Amino acid sequence: MASFKPTQIPDLPKLGEKITEDTLYWKNYKAPVQIKEFGAVSNIDFSPVSPHNFAVTAFTRIHIYGPFSQEPVKTFTRFKDTAYCGRFRSDGQLLVAGCEDSVVRLYDVGGKAALRMYKGHTKAVHVADFTTGRYQILTASDDYTCRLWDIPNAVELTAYQEHTDYVRCGVTSKLNRDLFITGSYDHTLRVFDSRTEKSVMTMDHGQPVESLLLYPSEGLLVSAGGRYVKVWDLLKGGQPLVSLKNHHKTVTCLALNSSGQRLLSASLDRHVKVYNTTNYKVVHNFDYAAAILSLGLAPDDESIVVGMTNSILSIKHRKNLEEPKETSKPRRRPSYRVFMKGKNFVPKQDDYFVSKPARQHLAKYDKQLKRFNVSKALDTALEAWLRRKKPEVTVAVIKELDRRGTLKNALAGRDEEQLSRLLCFVIGNFFDTRFTPVLATTAEIVLDIYQCVIGQSAVIDRHLIHLQKLLEKEIYYQKDLMEILGMLDTMFAFSLLRKEVPCPGISGSNGLVQGEASTSRPQLQAT
Amino acid sequence: MVEYGDIRVVYRGGSKINFRKPVISNDSRFLLCASGESVKVFSSVTEECVHELRGHTGQVTGVLLRPSNHLQVYSCSTDGTVRLWDFTDGILVRTYVVGYPVYSIYASLNHKEVVFIVTPVQSDKRTELFQLVAVNLPQTPDQLVEARDLSAVLSDVSSNPSTIAFGRGGEYLASVNNLKMEIYFFKKNKSYSFSLREYTKNGGKNTFTCIACHPKDDCVATGHDDGKIRLWRNFKQKKEYTYSTLHWHHSAVSSLCFTPEGTNLLSGGVESVLVQWRYNQENQKDFLPRLGAAITHVTVSPDGALFSTSHSDNKITIIQSCVKVSAVIQGLVKGENVTTGLLVDPRSKALVLNGRPGHLQFYSLQRDKLLFHLDIVQQEYIHEAGLEQFEVVRAAFDASGLWLATVEERKQKSAELELNLKLWSFDEQTQSFVLNTTVSAPHEARITAMCFSQAADSQTTTLVSASRDGHFKAWQLGLPAHTDDEGPSWSCDFVGAYHGLVPRCCCFSADGSLLAVGFQEVVTVWNPTSWELLTTLSQPPGDVRNLCFGQLSCSKYLLGSNNKKMVCCWNLLTCSLEWSTSMDVSLLLVDSRSENMAAFCCQDGSTDLFVFKPSEPRPLFSQKAVCSGRVIHAVFTPREVMLESSEESSQWLNRSQLYFLTEFMDLLTFSTKAEEEKLMASSKQLVIDDTVAMTPFYLLLGKHRHEHLGNEESAERTPLPQSSVAIKELLQTPAHVLPATSFLCSMFAKSLLISVTETREENKHVDEEMESEKEEEDSDEEVETKISRPEQEAKGVQGGESTAPTLTKTQVRELRRVRKQDLSWITGLLDS
Repeated sequence: MASFKPTQIPDLPKLGEKITEDTLYWKNYKAPVQIKEFGAVSNIDFSPVSPHNFAVTAFTRIHIYGPFSQEPVKTFTRFKDTAYCGRFRSDGQLLVAGCEDSVVRLYDVGGKAALRMYKGHTKAVHVADFTTGRYQILTASDDYTCRLWDIPNAVELTAYQEHTDYVRCGVTSKLNRDLFITGSYDHTLRVFDSRTEKSVMTMDHGQPVESLLLYPSEGLLVSAGGRYVKVWDLLKGGQPLVSLKNHHKTVTCLALNSSGQRLLSASLDRHVKVYNTTNYKVVHNFDYAAAILSLGLAPDDESIVVGMTNSILSIKHRKNLEEPKETSKPRRRPSYRVFMKGKNFVPKQDDYFVSKPARQHLAKYDKQLKRFNVSKALDTALEAWLRRKKPEVTVAVIKELDRRGTLKNALAGRDEEQLSRLLCFVIGNFFDTRFTPVLATTAEIVLDIYQCVIGQSAVIDRHLIHLQKLLEKEIYYQKDLMEILGMLDTMFAFSLLRKEVPCPGISGSNGLVQGEASTSRPQLQAT
Repeated sequence: MVEYGDIRVVYRGGSKINFRKPVISNDSRFLLCASGESVKVFSSVTEECVHELRGHTGQVTGVLLRPSNHLQVYSCSTDGTVRLWDFTDGILVRTYVVGYPVYSIYASLNHKEVVFIVTPVQSDKRTELFQLVAVNLPQTPDQLVEARDLSAVLSDVSSNPSTIAFGRGGEYLASVNNLKMEIYFFKKNKSYSFSLREYTKNGGKNTFTCIACHPKDDCVATGHDDGKIRLWRNFKQKKEYTYSTLHWHHSAVSSLCFTPEGTNLLSGGVESVLVQWRYNQENQKDFLPRLGAAITHVTVSPDGALFSTSHSDNKITIIQSCVKVSAVIQGLVKGENVTTGLLVDPRSKALVLNGRPGHLQFYSLQRDKLLFHLDIVQQEYIHEAGLEQFEVVRAAFDASGLWLATVEERKQKSAELELNLKLWSFDEQTQSFVLNTTVSAPHEARITAMCFSQAADSQTTTLVSASRDGHFKAWQLGLPAHTDDEGPSWSCDFVGAYHGLVPRCCCFSADGSLLAVGFQEVVTVWNPTSWELLTTLSQPPGDVRNLCFGQLSCSKYLLGSNNKKMVCCWNLLTCSLEWSTSMDVSLLLVDSRSENMAAFCCQDGSTDLFVFKPSEPRPLFSQKAVCSGRVIHAVFTPREVMLESSEESSQWLNRSQLYFLTEFMDLLTFSTKAEEEKLMASSKQLVIDDTVAMTPFYLLLGKHRHEHLGNEESAERTPLPQSSVAIKELLQTPAHVLPATSFLCSMFAKSLLISVTETREENKHVDEEMESEKEEEDSDEEVETKISRPEQEAKGVQGGESTAPTLTKTQVRELRRVRKQDLSWITGLLDS
């Protein structure tokens, strides 16, 4: 005796975003903490030493936030005008910042007033950073120059005047204390060596460069400018490696995650995109409320901090794995003893063993189907939570009834309430392409059965009219789509070159029909 | 054409075991059923076939336990004989020649040595009338007995054996046919008939389908076409009969059976549910549902412990007292049409074809046993006539047997076609196929052909499916798209079409580097890696029906046959037609182990076979009229052990065997003489001397003794010494009724003593003979004949006389008497 085979619930193709490892990883952040700053947040920098505070440069202030605090632990306010680019030194003790008033200020993280002021630039300084040698500062300004300063003496060491437009980004090498790279609005990236007078390498980005990023190995350089993110191979003399165009507005900021496997780019189009650095495909996408100016990623990806033009700072903290276990305590279940009762009994040698067949667990609708109670099976499948949470189960049961040839019997003989529930379900899921074929037959049968009672109940009539309207709308859409498809087809036919089938000379005499491959498009099939 | 004598077409396995009611032996150990031209004896515990009782030359139409000897069984056949078998040893005891085809057989305890058979009425053969005839079986020791003593009992009966039954141990006999029931009382020699109207008021059909009689009570149960069961009582008077109706079955009741004590009534039908009704409490019933397929017969063992049901899918289920299925004996399932064709599982070398609805069956050709059913559809099968269900229509294995692709479809009259493509991977741990991917609606119309890339070494296999919607699709194993997926799944890689023509067949070359797809009359050749159309080949008019790439040294050839009686062979290196011939090839297949190809041509009702190499102009082998009717499917199966036939005509069978299925669902194959001889030799070894029971002791000593006996020319055996009556009694009476041993001892000793007077000579004679036997046993090399021995004995006696110098007078006298007697005895012997 074979056991009853339960109704198969098809594993339907999931609509929408595919779940990958990356989506799981990047979705594992808590709801963002939003802090209102005084102006557009232009820069975010994490302290390289624990506890990894971060400096947020916004308008005329630099706030330093702790890793979990929502209030700034420290504030630097002594700026005459808009501050730019507050950055920590590698030991986390000093902070440098440029300013609209062309003065570069150096702060002790513990102190309040500026330790040193570096004057020499003639226009706003948008870039300021420490070199790896720890005693020099790199600055770049809107006066087209880049300068190196000696920290203790506040003396300008070198000035490079090679850029022909504003210099808005720069990065220093972590491995070599003499190397640094700047990007300018003149579309070029220049690599400088402080030991030489001139730049050692120049690359053309093609757009005003907004942000630069060096890989930890420093073999690759990433530049962002315009809508493009470009990767350059420095070891091959600045050869362009990839050009990514995934944003539809200017890319403003770049970041690399802690493992170096993922690259993040933020843009004025309000998106942060995550790329896989092996194939440079977008693996995840974050949406924000306003255009993004700055982006910071805490060590170990503990938090993502984003600064926006509407002066809001958004901090997302990573979810701890242990937390959900503690918070959602599972429902108390019967104890282990209950389940194990008698299970671990070892029969003695001369005991006669009477085996009990294991009972097959069946869902409610399957139990009804097993007894051939078709109407009841449909009723159980239309239970509120099932039809809302798992419409595919309801549809599978309807399909199974149709296969058994008893769908008509199951649908017939319903009162107003039951029928309106059924119609609600049909209307709700009719245009889900996965369910349409089944629900279309259901709707047909319902109309066949109940056409004589139309007009007797206001509720049912309303549902039917609603269904009719929806259908008309859908037909209209489909018509439109077909038109567009036709247009596209003609365009494709023109653009595709006619390919000749290679045919040897003899074949012609053999009565071979020459033909060309029809436009064959690979088609993704839902499995 | 040359007829090759040493190759012949033979039937291969898979005969019906559900044709007639099986019989369970009295001890419930064996189950006997008619199977083709033989009776098979199955063990009811292990499901194995213990014996096959061969001897009939026509289809066996009935099996019946002999009422007077429960170790013997009658079988009847359409060849006009009734045979009596000893089924425990598998020996034919006697053959009764009736002379008319027998359709069923009945017997009862009341009628000793009479069997009742159903034979066609001889007067007119066209109308198919049958009569029930009583046959007196003559009791003679001969093997072959003419049984011509027939007397008609009932005329106008049905040939279906379940329409006649004996009641109350043979007091009366009940038969139903169409709308009439006839009950015949043997004592009164009178019959009553009852008839029903064709339709009831509610429109149910009243036609009788089967009958069963209560073993103790005067009650007859009849089954009807509309699913009703009627219990008839009080039918001894024609007017006062009554009946009650039981209704559970929704369509015809196909079999009814009372348990031996009459407490329960069993019924079965197309619902495949065994229903057990309590006798006299008919509203209480038990069900055993989901037995797999429609029940055709229900039987109960004579002790009532086992039930067995035969099913329409060639299966017998043995059920332990209506609770538990204890064994399933499954034969090869032959449905109405084998849509998947014949396939060979590369791993188990089993033949794979459609089995039960929604299943694929794996059938071992070597052991003639169904290995298992693979559930493809995985849905509850609803046993209802006229309901469209999912059917497996296509299946394909990849070269290594790791992947199995199946297509199932369900066609409804109004709704659109439902298609599912399923891909199964072989799981090493469970040793079975596990569903990997389901593609619903892979094509918009029916799939016409499907094949895997044949290259065994490549890492990625490709599946190509061609459909009537004008496309062919290539499917490949891809990496998991979702992280929560367990493993890789299959997805569509390429969709190809050619001028909107319908592809009918597809084929991969042996190395997997080329794909040929036949679009109506055009053959297109594609590159499966880049999906480029390489070339097109065409030979109009006529749509391409079969496509095959050559194997091994002939791999440069592509063969195709079309429906306009043409076979073409293209050379792929030059893209030109190598040769073509006019032949109406219905089936073209290639042997994967050699260059050979086989073509089946259908010509006026019979099929011819040609085996050829694409590179050679002459066929290797050809046989006209292989079988009657069309061959619908065929397959080459690789042999496990290669044959070493040197004959040219049978060389093509050395590496593989050719199996084919005709339109009448007969599975046939070719067998060579060498192969048959080998089989015969192996079966001879198993033949045992039937006269002696096979015991371990026999195996040790019996053979030795047998040889020894063989040396002696006469079968005459020395009679054993006759033991005295007292000893015999002493040894045979149970110990607890014997008197005290001390009392017996003297009696026993006395009985051993030689009596003084009349028994003296006799005893002496006996002693001598005992001696002689001892001699015989002692001397293994003794080659003396028996005739010489008495002389020697006589000599010995004389010698004894000479060696004894002192003899009393009485002794001398006695000896003289003995000598006299001896001599007369010798003369008597010599005379004989």
